Amino acid sequence: MSVDTDRTITVTVNGVPREATVPVRRLLSDALRHDLGLTGTHVGCEHGVCGACTVLVDGDPVRSCLMLAVQVDGHAVTTVEGLARDDHRGGQVLHPVQEAFRECHALQCGFCTPGFLTTIAAGLEKRDPAAELTDEEVDDMVGGNLCRCTGYANIKKAVHHAAAAMKDDAR
Amino acid sequence: MKPAPFRYADPGTLDEALAVLSAEGEGAKVLAGGQSLLPLLSMRLAAPTTLVDINRVPGLDSVEVTGNGVTVGALVRHTALLADDAAARVQPLLARATANVAHPAIRNRGTTVGSIAHADPSGEMTSVLALTDGAVTVATPSGPRTVEWRDLFVGPLETSLHGPAVVTSAFFPALPDRSGTAFAEVARRKGDYAVCGAGVVVTLDEDRRIARVRASYVSVGLTPEVHDLTEAVAGKPVDSADWAAAGALARTLVDPDTDIHASADYRRLLVGVLTERTLAEAAAEAAAKVTGE
Ligand SMILES: Cc1cc2nc3c(=O)[nH]c(=O)nc-3n(C[C@H](O)[C@H](O)[C@H](O)COP(=O)(O)OP(=O)(O)OC[C@H]3O[C@@H](n4cnc5c(N)ncnc54)[C@H](O)[C@@H]3O)c2cc1C
Ligand code: FES
Ligand code: FES
Repeated sequence: MSVDTDRTITVTVNGVPREATVPVRRLLSDALRHDLGLTGTHVGCEHGVCGACTVLVDGDPVRSCLMLAVQVDGHAVTTVEGLARDDHRGGQVLHPVQEAFRECHALQCGFCTPGFLTTIAAGLEKRDPAAELTDEEVDDMVGGNLCRCTGYANIKKAVHHAAAAMKDDAR
Repeated sequence: MKPAPFRYADPGTLDEALAVLSAEGEGAKVLAGGQSLLPLLSMRLAAPTTLVDINRVPGLDSVEVTGNGVTVGALVRHTALLADDAAARVQPLLARATANVAHPAIRNRGTTVGSIAHADPSGEMTSVLALTDGAVTVATPSGPRTVEWRDLFVGPLETSLHGPAVVTSAFFPALPDRSGTAFAEVARRKGDYAVCGAGVVVTLDEDRRIARVRASYVSVGLTPEVHDLTEAVAGKPVDSADWAAAGALARTLVDPDTDIHASADYRRLLVGVLTERTLAEAAAEAAAKVTGE
Protein backbone atom coordinates (compact mmCIF):
# COMPACT_ATOMS: atom_id res chain seq x y z
CA MET A 1 0.00 0.00 0.00
CA SER A 2 1.58 3.26 -1.06
CA VAL A 3 1.54 6.21 1.30
CA ASP A 4 2.34 9.29 -0.78
CA THR A 5 3.16 12.97 -0.54
CA ASP A 6 2.64 13.62 -4.28
CA ARG A 7 0.53 11.91 -6.89
CA THR A 8 -0.19 12.08 -10.58
CA ILE A 9 -3.92 12.11 -11.25
CA THR A 10 -6.08 11.89 -14.35
CA VAL A 11 -9.39 13.74 -14.23
CA THR A 12 -11.96 14.42 -16.90
CA VAL A 13 -12.58 18.13 -16.54
CA ASN A 14 -15.44 19.55 -18.61
CA GLY A 15 -15.26 16.52 -20.85
CA VAL A 16 -11.49 16.73 -21.44
CA PRO A 17 -9.06 14.25 -19.81
CA ARG A 18 -6.44 16.21 -17.88
CA GLU A 19 -3.38 15.04 -16.02
CA ALA A 20 -1.63 16.77 -13.15
CA THR A 21 1.02 15.97 -10.58
CA VAL A 22 0.02 17.46 -7.24
CA PRO A 23 1.01 17.36 -3.59
CA VAL A 24 -1.59 15.20 -1.83
CA ARG A 25 -2.64 18.15 0.34
CA ARG A 26 -3.72 20.15 -2.75
CA LEU A 27 -7.40 21.09 -2.49
CA LEU A 28 -9.48 20.39 -5.58
CA SER A 29 -10.31 24.12 -5.77
CA ASP A 30 -6.60 25.02 -5.96
CA ALA A 31 -5.84 22.23 -8.43
CA LEU A 32 -8.53 23.54 -10.77
CA ARG A 33 -7.35 27.14 -10.51
CA HIS A 34 -3.59 26.78 -10.25
CA ASP A 35 -2.66 23.44 -11.79
CA LEU A 36 -5.27 23.41 -14.56
CA GLY A 37 -5.69 27.16 -15.06
CA LEU A 38 -9.47 27.09 -14.69
CA THR A 39 -10.03 30.22 -12.63
CA GLY A 40 -13.81 30.22 -13.09
CA THR A 41 -14.11 28.31 -9.81
CA HIS A 42 -13.91 30.94 -7.07
CA VAL A 43 -12.54 30.46 -3.58
CA GLY A 44 -14.16 32.39 -0.75
CA CYS A 45 -14.07 30.86 2.69
CA GLU A 46 -12.15 27.61 2.17
CA HIS A 47 -14.19 25.81 4.78
CA GLY A 48 -17.39 24.86 3.05
CA VAL A 49 -19.61 27.74 4.11
CA CYS A 50 -19.85 30.13 1.15
CA GLY A 51 -20.42 27.80 -1.79
CA ALA A 52 -18.41 29.90 -4.27
CA CYS A 53 -16.16 26.92 -5.07
CA THR A 54 -18.99 24.47 -5.84
CA VAL A 55 -18.28 22.19 -8.82
CA LEU A 56 -19.94 19.01 -10.04
CA VAL A 57 -18.18 15.73 -9.36
CA ASP A 58 -19.75 12.95 -11.42
CA GLY A 59 -22.73 15.30 -11.82
CA ASP A 60 -23.33 16.13 -8.16
CA PRO A 61 -22.59 19.54 -6.62
CA VAL A 62 -19.76 19.42 -4.05
CA ARG A 63 -17.49 21.96 -2.41
CA SER A 64 -14.18 21.83 -4.26
CA CYS A 65 -12.48 23.35 -1.19
CA LEU A 66 -13.55 20.28 0.82
CA MET A 67 -12.10 17.67 -1.49
CA LEU A 68 -8.50 16.81 -2.14
CA ALA A 69 -7.43 16.85 -5.78
CA VAL A 70 -6.21 13.24 -5.41
CA GLN A 71 -9.76 12.19 -4.54
CA VAL A 72 -11.08 13.01 -8.03
CA ASP A 73 -8.52 10.77 -9.77
CA GLY A 74 -10.54 8.83 -12.35
CA HIS A 75 -13.68 10.95 -11.87
CA ALA A 76 -15.42 13.63 -13.94
CA VAL A 77 -15.49 17.27 -12.82
CA THR A 78 -17.64 20.02 -14.29
CA THR A 79 -16.75 23.62 -13.51
CA VAL A 80 -18.59 26.78 -14.54
CA GLU A 81 -16.43 26.80 -17.70
CA GLY A 82 -18.11 23.54 -18.70
CA LEU A 83 -21.74 24.63 -18.42
CA ALA A 84 -22.05 26.25 -21.85
CA ARG A 85 -23.19 23.84 -24.53
CA ASP A 86 -22.16 23.09 -28.06
CA ASP A 87 -24.48 24.86 -30.51
CA HIS A 88 -23.65 22.30 -33.26
CA ARG A 89 -22.50 25.14 -35.50
CA GLY A 90 -18.95 25.31 -34.21
CA GLY A 91 -19.78 27.66 -31.34
CA GLN A 92 -21.28 27.53 -27.90
CA VAL A 93 -24.52 28.62 -26.27
CA LEU A 94 -24.90 29.54 -22.62
CA HIS A 95 -26.59 27.08 -20.29
CA PRO A 96 -30.22 28.11 -19.61
CA VAL A 97 -29.19 28.98 -16.03
CA GLN A 98 -26.44 31.30 -17.27
CA GLU A 99 -28.87 32.86 -19.73
CA ALA A 100 -31.42 33.34 -16.93
CA PHE A 101 -28.82 34.99 -14.66
CA ARG A 102 -28.06 37.52 -17.38
CA GLU A 103 -31.73 38.05 -18.13
CA CYS A 104 -32.78 38.51 -14.48
CA HIS A 105 -29.78 40.56 -13.34
CA ALA A 106 -28.94 37.81 -10.82
CA LEU A 107 -25.32 38.89 -10.36
CA GLN A 108 -23.50 42.05 -9.43
CA CYS A 109 -19.84 41.56 -8.50
CA GLY A 110 -20.00 37.98 -9.75
CA PHE A 111 -17.82 36.45 -7.07
CA CYS A 112 -20.48 34.00 -5.89
CA THR A 113 -21.88 33.34 -9.37
CA PRO A 114 -19.87 30.26 -10.47
CA GLY A 115 -21.02 28.37 -7.37
CA PHE A 116 -24.64 29.35 -7.88
CA LEU A 117 -24.54 28.38 -11.57
CA THR A 118 -23.10 24.90 -11.01
CA THR A 119 -25.43 24.22 -8.08
CA ILE A 120 -28.57 25.38 -9.88
CA ALA A 121 -27.65 23.72 -13.20
CA ALA A 122 -27.28 20.35 -11.46
CA GLY A 123 -30.36 20.92 -9.33
CA LEU A 124 -32.57 21.70 -12.33
CA GLU A 125 -31.12 18.95 -14.52
CA LYS A 126 -31.87 16.35 -11.85
CA ARG A 127 -35.57 17.16 -11.54
CA ASP A 128 -38.49 16.40 -13.81
CA PRO A 129 -38.72 19.59 -15.91
CA ALA A 130 -42.50 19.19 -16.19
CA ALA A 131 -43.05 19.29 -12.40
CA GLU A 132 -43.87 22.71 -10.95
CA LEU A 133 -40.88 24.30 -9.20
CA THR A 134 -41.84 25.53 -5.73
CA ASP A 135 -40.23 28.46 -3.90
CA GLU A 136 -39.30 26.05 -1.14
CA GLU A 137 -37.41 23.85 -3.60
CA VAL A 138 -35.56 26.90 -4.87
CA ASP A 139 -34.64 27.98 -1.33
CA ASP A 140 -33.29 24.52 -0.62
CA MET A 141 -31.30 24.54 -3.86
CA VAL A 142 -29.54 27.87 -3.32
CA GLY A 143 -29.63 28.07 0.49
CA GLY A 144 -26.07 26.80 0.78
CA ASN A 145 -24.57 29.58 -1.34
CA LEU A 146 -23.80 33.03 -0.01
CA CYS A 147 -24.17 36.19 -2.06
CA ARG A 148 -23.32 39.53 -0.47
CA CYS A 149 -24.54 41.71 -3.34
CA THR A 150 -27.85 40.77 -4.85
CA GLY A 151 -30.11 40.05 -1.89
CA TYR A 152 -31.08 36.74 -3.57
CA ALA A 153 -34.40 37.96 -5.01
CA ASN A 154 -33.10 38.06 -8.57
CA ILE A 155 -31.21 34.80 -8.12
CA LYS A 156 -34.42 33.06 -7.15
CA LYS A 157 -36.19 34.72 -10.05
CA ALA A 158 -33.46 33.39 -12.35
CA VAL A 159 -33.93 29.84 -11.07
CA HIS A 160 -37.61 29.98 -11.96
CA HIS A 161 -36.76 31.58 -15.31
CA ALA A 162 -34.23 28.85 -16.12
CA ALA A 163 -36.63 26.12 -15.03
CA ALA A 164 -39.28 27.51 -17.38
CA ALA A 165 -36.77 27.59 -20.25
CA MET A 166 -35.70 24.02 -19.56
CA LYS A 167 -39.35 22.95 -19.46
CA ASP A 168 -39.85 24.47 -22.91
CA ASP A 169 -36.67 22.77 -24.16
CA ALA A 170 -37.90 19.41 -22.90
CA ARG A 171 -41.16 19.66 -24.87
CA MET B 1 -5.81 28.72 4.63
CA LYS B 2 -4.40 25.47 3.32
CA PRO B 3 -3.85 22.18 5.14
CA ALA B 4 -0.37 21.52 6.52
CA PRO B 5 1.51 18.78 4.61
CA PHE B 6 0.46 15.21 5.30
CA ARG B 7 0.85 11.78 3.75
CA TYR B 8 -2.05 10.11 1.96
CA ALA B 9 -3.17 6.55 1.32
CA ASP B 10 -6.37 5.27 -0.25
CA PRO B 11 -6.52 1.57 0.59
CA GLY B 12 -8.77 -0.73 -1.43
CA THR B 13 -9.78 -2.99 1.46
CA LEU B 14 -10.64 -2.65 5.12
CA ASP B 15 -7.67 -4.81 6.15
CA GLU B 16 -5.35 -2.58 4.18
CA ALA B 17 -6.88 0.49 5.80
CA LEU B 18 -6.27 -0.95 9.28
CA ALA B 19 -2.73 -1.95 8.29
CA VAL B 20 -1.89 1.59 7.13
CA LEU B 21 -3.51 3.13 10.21
CA SER B 22 -1.41 0.80 12.40
CA ALA B 23 1.81 1.45 10.48
CA GLU B 24 1.36 5.24 10.44
CA GLY B 25 0.59 5.38 14.16
CA GLU B 26 -0.99 8.06 16.38
CA GLY B 27 -0.95 10.87 13.81
CA ALA B 28 -3.01 9.01 11.20
CA LYS B 29 -6.67 9.88 10.64
CA VAL B 30 -9.49 8.33 8.68
CA LEU B 31 -10.86 10.50 5.86
CA ALA B 32 -14.49 9.81 4.92
CA GLY B 33 -16.60 12.62 3.44
CA GLY B 34 -14.07 15.22 4.56
CA GLN B 35 -16.83 17.74 5.31
CA SER B 36 -15.68 18.16 8.90
CA LEU B 37 -12.07 17.02 8.68
CA LEU B 38 -10.96 19.19 5.74
CA PRO B 39 -12.23 22.44 7.32
CA LEU B 40 -10.28 21.51 10.47
CA LEU B 41 -7.15 20.96 8.37
CA SER B 42 -7.57 24.17 6.39
CA MET B 43 -8.09 26.16 9.58
CA ARG B 44 -5.01 24.40 10.98
CA LEU B 45 -7.00 23.18 13.97
CA ALA B 46 -5.77 19.68 13.20
CA ALA B 47 -2.57 18.49 11.55
CA PRO B 48 -2.61 14.71 11.10
CA THR B 49 0.57 13.16 9.72
CA THR B 50 -1.37 10.83 7.43
CA LEU B 51 -4.87 10.69 5.97
CA VAL B 52 -6.25 7.23 5.31
CA ASP B 53 -9.01 7.77 2.75
CA ILE B 54 -11.64 5.00 3.04
CA ASN B 55 -13.65 6.09 -0.02
CA ARG B 56 -12.30 3.21 -2.15
CA VAL B 57 -13.07 0.50 0.42
CA PRO B 58 -15.84 -1.67 -1.05
CA GLY B 59 -18.97 -2.77 0.80
CA LEU B 60 -19.39 0.27 3.03
CA ASP B 61 -21.93 2.20 0.99
CA SER B 62 -25.18 0.38 1.66
CA VAL B 63 -28.19 1.02 3.88
CA GLU B 64 -29.64 -2.24 5.21
CA VAL B 65 -33.19 -2.16 6.49
CA THR B 66 -34.81 -4.96 8.51
CA GLY B 67 -37.71 -5.03 10.95
CA ASN B 68 -35.18 -4.54 13.76
CA GLY B 69 -33.66 -1.37 12.48
CA VAL B 70 -31.44 0.37 9.96
CA THR B 71 -27.72 -0.28 9.45
CA VAL B 72 -25.96 2.59 7.71
CA GLY B 73 -22.56 1.82 6.14
CA ALA B 74 -19.59 4.15 6.62
CA LEU B 75 -19.71 5.49 3.06
CA VAL B 76 -23.43 6.24 2.91
CA ARG B 77 -23.70 9.97 2.19
CA HIS B 78 -26.28 12.10 4.01
CA THR B 79 -28.04 12.53 0.63
CA ALA B 80 -28.47 8.77 0.18
CA LEU B 81 -29.88 8.22 3.66
CA LEU B 82 -32.24 11.16 3.22
CA ALA B 83 -33.62 9.58 0.04
CA ASP B 84 -34.02 6.09 1.54
CA ASP B 85 -37.78 5.56 1.98
CA ALA B 86 -37.41 2.05 3.44
CA ALA B 87 -35.09 3.39 6.16
CA ALA B 88 -37.50 6.25 6.89
CA ARG B 89 -40.38 3.82 7.34
CA VAL B 90 -38.53 1.74 9.93
CA GLN B 91 -36.92 4.67 11.74
CA PRO B 92 -38.45 8.01 10.68
CA LEU B 93 -36.00 10.04 12.77
CA LEU B 94 -33.25 9.29 10.24
CA ALA B 95 -34.73 11.31 7.38
CA ARG B 96 -36.27 13.90 9.70
CA ALA B 97 -32.91 14.68 11.29
CA THR B 98 -30.81 14.34 8.14
CA ALA B 99 -32.94 16.97 6.40
CA ASN B 100 -31.46 19.42 8.94
CA VAL B 101 -27.83 18.44 8.28
CA ALA B 102 -26.02 21.14 6.29
CA HIS B 103 -26.78 21.99 2.64
CA PRO B 104 -27.30 19.63 -0.31
CA ALA B 105 -23.73 20.09 -1.63
CA ILE B 106 -22.30 19.17 1.78
CA ARG B 107 -24.74 16.27 2.13
CA ASN B 108 -23.54 14.89 -1.22
CA ARG B 109 -20.11 14.15 0.32
CA GLY B 110 -20.57 14.01 4.09
CA THR B 111 -21.42 10.66 5.67
CA THR B 112 -23.79 9.76 8.49
CA VAL B 113 -21.16 7.56 10.12
CA GLY B 114 -18.53 10.30 9.76
CA SER B 115 -20.87 12.66 11.61
CA ILE B 116 -21.06 10.17 14.45
CA ALA B 117 -17.31 9.46 14.49
CA HIS B 118 -16.76 13.22 14.57
CA ALA B 119 -18.83 13.38 17.80
CA ASP B 120 -19.83 17.01 17.37
CA PRO B 121 -22.50 17.88 19.98
CA SER B 122 -24.01 20.22 17.40
CA GLY B 123 -24.45 17.37 14.91
CA GLU B 124 -27.92 15.91 14.45
CA MET B 125 -26.95 12.27 13.91
CA THR B 126 -25.10 11.82 17.20
CA SER B 127 -28.27 12.72 19.03
CA VAL B 128 -30.38 10.46 16.80
CA LEU B 129 -28.01 7.56 17.55
CA ALA B 130 -28.56 8.25 21.25
CA LEU B 131 -32.32 8.73 21.04
CA THR B 132 -32.82 5.49 19.11
CA ASP B 133 -30.45 3.67 21.48
CA GLY B 134 -28.11 2.81 18.64
CA ALA B 135 -24.56 1.52 18.35
CA VAL B 136 -21.64 1.48 15.92
CA THR B 137 -19.60 -1.40 14.59
CA VAL B 138 -15.87 -0.77 14.61
CA ALA B 139 -13.21 -2.67 12.68
CA THR B 140 -9.91 -2.98 14.55
CA PRO B 141 -6.77 -5.08 13.91
CA SER B 142 -8.01 -7.51 16.58
CA GLY B 143 -11.41 -7.89 14.92
CA PRO B 144 -14.76 -6.09 14.84
CA ARG B 145 -16.54 -4.89 17.94
CA THR B 146 -19.78 -3.14 18.76
CA VAL B 147 -19.80 0.08 20.76
CA GLU B 148 -23.07 1.29 22.28
CA TRP B 149 -23.72 5.04 21.94
CA ARG B 150 -23.33 5.51 25.70
CA ASP B 151 -19.79 4.16 25.56
CA LEU B 152 -18.87 6.04 22.38
CA PHE B 153 -19.19 9.76 23.12
CA VAL B 154 -16.59 11.05 25.57
CA GLY B 155 -16.62 14.80 24.94
CA PRO B 156 -16.98 17.38 22.17
CA LEU B 157 -15.22 15.95 19.07
CA GLU B 158 -13.98 13.06 21.17
CA THR B 159 -14.94 9.38 21.11
CA SER B 160 -13.72 6.40 23.09
CA LEU B 161 -12.12 4.96 19.93
CA HIS B 162 -8.34 4.89 20.16
CA GLY B 163 -5.65 3.37 18.01
CA PRO B 164 -6.32 2.00 14.54
CA ALA B 165 -10.11 1.82 14.13
CA VAL B 166 -12.57 2.28 11.29
CA VAL B 167 -16.25 2.61 12.11
CA THR B 168 -17.83 0.40 9.46
CA SER B 169 -21.50 1.08 10.21
CA ALA B 170 -24.00 2.61 12.59
CA PHE B 171 -27.13 0.74 13.68
CA PHE B 172 -30.34 2.64 14.48
CA PRO B 173 -33.00 0.41 16.08
CA ALA B 174 -36.52 0.50 14.63
CA LEU B 175 -39.19 2.79 16.04
CA PRO B 176 -41.25 0.83 18.63
CA ASP B 177 -44.95 0.11 17.99
CA ARG B 178 -47.55 2.78 18.82
CA SER B 179 -44.86 5.46 18.65
CA GLY B 180 -44.44 8.73 16.82
CA THR B 181 -41.38 10.93 16.30
CA ALA B 182 -40.60 14.52 15.47
CA PHE B 183 -37.45 16.58 14.95
CA ALA B 184 -37.14 20.35 14.85
CA GLU B 185 -34.44 22.92 15.25
CA VAL B 186 -33.69 26.61 15.32
CA ALA B 187 -30.73 27.69 13.18
CA ARG B 188 -29.51 31.13 12.12
CA ARG B 189 -29.82 30.18 8.46
CA LYS B 190 -31.29 27.12 6.76
CA GLY B 191 -28.66 24.36 6.76
CA ASP B 192 -26.47 25.94 9.45
CA TYR B 193 -25.58 24.07 12.60
CA ALA B 194 -28.49 24.34 15.02
CA VAL B 195 -28.54 26.89 17.84
CA CYS B 196 -30.73 24.26 19.44
CA GLY B 197 -32.45 21.16 18.06
CA ALA B 198 -34.79 18.56 19.51
CA GLY B 199 -35.69 15.02 18.54
CA VAL B 200 -38.46 13.18 20.40
CA VAL B 201 -40.18 9.80 20.56
CA VAL B 202 -43.66 9.42 22.09
CA THR B 203 -45.03 5.93 22.78
CA LEU B 204 -48.69 5.26 23.67
CA ASP B 205 -50.39 2.29 25.32
CA GLU B 206 -53.37 0.44 23.77
CA ASP B 207 -55.77 2.96 25.32
CA ARG B 208 -54.07 5.93 23.65
CA ARG B 209 -52.51 7.03 26.93
CA ILE B 210 -48.95 8.30 27.17
CA ALA B 211 -46.62 5.42 28.05
CA ARG B 212 -43.17 6.83 27.34
CA VAL B 213 -41.65 10.14 26.27
CA ARG B 214 -37.98 10.58 25.41
CA ALA B 215 -36.04 13.51 23.99
CA SER B 216 -32.53 14.29 22.84
CA TYR B 217 -31.11 17.69 21.97
CA VAL B 218 -28.62 19.16 19.51
CA SER B 219 -26.10 21.89 20.49
CA VAL B 220 -27.03 21.40 24.14
CA GLY B 221 -24.37 19.92 26.41
CA LEU B 222 -20.98 18.41 25.61
CA THR B 223 -22.13 14.96 24.48
CA PRO B 224 -25.50 13.66 23.29
CA GLU B 225 -27.87 12.66 26.09
CA VAL B 226 -31.35 11.19 26.24
CA HIS B 227 -33.85 12.66 28.68
CA ASP B 228 -36.90 10.75 29.89
CA LEU B 229 -39.82 13.18 30.11
CA THR B 230 -42.49 10.55 30.80
CA GLU B 231 -43.25 11.65 34.36
CA ALA B 232 -44.65 15.01 33.22
CA VAL B 233 -47.43 13.39 31.19
CA ALA B 234 -47.53 9.70 32.18
CA GLY B 235 -50.90 7.97 31.80
CA LYS B 236 -52.59 11.06 30.33
CA PRO B 237 -54.87 10.54 27.31
CA VAL B 238 -52.92 11.61 24.22
CA ASP B 239 -55.42 14.33 23.30
CA SER B 240 -55.24 16.14 26.64
CA ALA B 241 -51.58 15.75 27.57
CA ASP B 242 -49.89 18.87 28.91
CA TRP B 243 -46.91 19.17 26.56
CA ALA B 244 -45.92 22.49 28.11
CA ALA B 245 -45.30 20.60 31.38
CA ALA B 246 -43.00 18.21 29.52
CA GLY B 247 -41.21 21.22 28.03
CA ALA B 248 -40.81 22.73 31.49
CA LEU B 249 -39.38 19.48 32.81
CA ALA B 250 -36.93 19.32 29.89
CA ARG B 251 -35.69 22.82 30.73
CA THR B 252 -34.71 21.67 34.21
CA LEU B 253 -32.85 18.60 32.92
CA VAL B 254 -30.55 20.18 30.32
CA ASP B 255 -27.27 21.97 30.91
CA PRO B 256 -26.54 24.09 27.82
CA ASP B 257 -23.49 26.31 27.34
CA THR B 258 -23.11 29.90 26.26
CA ASP B 259 -21.17 30.53 23.04
CA ILE B 260 -21.03 33.21 20.34
CA HIS B 261 -24.29 31.96 18.82
CA ALA B 262 -26.51 31.96 21.90
CA SER B 263 -26.55 32.23 25.68
CA ALA B 264 -27.23 29.21 27.87
CA ASP B 265 -30.52 30.80 28.99
CA TYR B 266 -31.71 31.28 25.43
CA ARG B 267 -30.83 27.67 24.61
CA ARG B 268 -32.74 26.47 27.67
CA LEU B 269 -35.73 28.50 26.53
CA LEU B 270 -35.50 26.90 23.07
CA VAL B 271 -35.33 23.44 24.67
CA GLY B 272 -38.70 24.15 26.29
CA VAL B 273 -40.31 25.54 23.15
CA LEU B 274 -38.98 22.86 20.78
CA THR B 275 -39.88 20.08 23.23
CA GLU B 276 -43.47 21.22 23.53
CA ARG B 277 -43.80 21.65 19.77
CA THR B 278 -42.18 18.35 18.75
CA LEU B 279 -43.99 16.31 21.40
CA ALA B 280 -47.39 17.50 20.17
CA GLU B 281 -46.40 16.52 16.64
CA ALA B 282 -44.97 13.13 17.62
CA ALA B 283 -48.00 12.35 19.81
CA ALA B 284 -50.39 13.12 16.97
CA GLU B 285 -48.43 10.73 14.76
CA ALA B 286 -48.51 7.99 17.41
CA ALA B 287 -52.24 8.54 18.02
CA ALA B 288 -53.00 8.14 14.32
CA LYS B 289 -51.20 4.78 14.38
CA VAL B 290 -53.08 3.49 17.44
CA THR B 291 -56.42 4.54 15.92
CA GLY B 292 -55.45 2.79 12.71
CA GLU B 293 -54.56 -0.47 14.49
C1 LIG C 1 -20.80 24.40 5.90
C2 LIG C 1 -21.04 23.13 6.65
C3 LIG C 1 -22.21 22.97 7.38
C4 LIG C 1 -22.45 21.80 8.09
N1 LIG C 1 -23.61 21.71 8.80
C5 LIG C 1 -23.85 20.59 9.52
C6 LIG C 1 -25.03 20.46 10.29
O1 LIG C 1 -25.91 21.34 10.30
N2 LIG C 1 -25.19 19.32 11.02
C7 LIG C 1 -24.25 18.32 11.00
O2 LIG C 1 -24.46 17.31 11.67
N3 LIG C 1 -23.15 18.41 10.27
C8 LIG C 1 -22.92 19.51 9.53
N4 LIG C 1 -21.76 19.58 8.79
C9 LIG C 1 -20.79 18.46 8.85
C10 LIG C 1 -21.15 17.33 7.92
O3 LIG C 1 -22.37 16.73 8.33
C11 LIG C 1 -20.08 16.22 7.88
O4 LIG C 1 -20.43 15.39 6.81
C12 LIG C 1 -19.95 15.32 9.07
O5 LIG C 1 -19.83 16.04 10.24
C13 LIG C 1 -18.70 14.44 9.01
O6 LIG C 1 -18.83 13.43 8.08
P1 LIG C 1 -17.69 13.21 6.99
O7 LIG C 1 -18.02 11.92 6.33
O8 LIG C 1 -17.56 14.39 6.14
O9 LIG C 1 -16.40 12.96 7.92
P2 LIG C 1 -14.91 13.48 7.79
O10 LIG C 1 -14.87 14.94 7.70
O11 LIG C 1 -14.22 12.70 6.74
O12 LIG C 1 -14.36 13.00 9.21
C14 LIG C 1 -14.74 13.63 10.42
C15 LIG C 1 -14.03 12.94 11.59
O13 LIG C 1 -14.53 11.63 11.80
C16 LIG C 1 -13.52 10.64 11.58
N5 LIG C 1 -14.16 9.58 10.79
C17 LIG C 1 -15.01 9.74 9.74
N6 LIG C 1 -15.46 8.56 9.31
C18 LIG C 1 -14.88 7.62 10.10
C19 LIG C 1 -14.96 6.19 10.15
N7 LIG C 1 -15.74 5.52 9.30
N8 LIG C 1 -14.24 5.54 11.09
C20 LIG C 1 -13.46 6.23 11.96
N9 LIG C 1 -13.35 7.57 11.96
C21 LIG C 1 -14.05 8.26 11.05
C22 LIG C 1 -12.40 11.35 10.85
O14 LIG C 1 -11.16 10.77 11.15
C23 LIG C 1 -12.53 12.76 11.38
O15 LIG C 1 -11.90 12.87 12.62
C24 LIG C 1 -21.50 20.74 8.05
C25 LIG C 1 -20.33 20.88 7.32
C26 LIG C 1 -20.09 22.05 6.62
C27 LIG C 1 -18.82 22.17 5.85
S1 FES D 1 -14.57 28.40 -0.78
FE1 FES D 1 -15.47 26.44 -0.72
S2 FES D 1 -17.32 26.83 0.26
FE2 FES D 1 -16.35 28.74 0.44
S1 FES E 1 -22.92 38.96 -6.90
FE1 FES E 1 -21.46 39.70 -5.48
S2 FES E 1 -21.45 38.14 -4.00
FE2 FES E 1 -23.04 37.54 -5.27
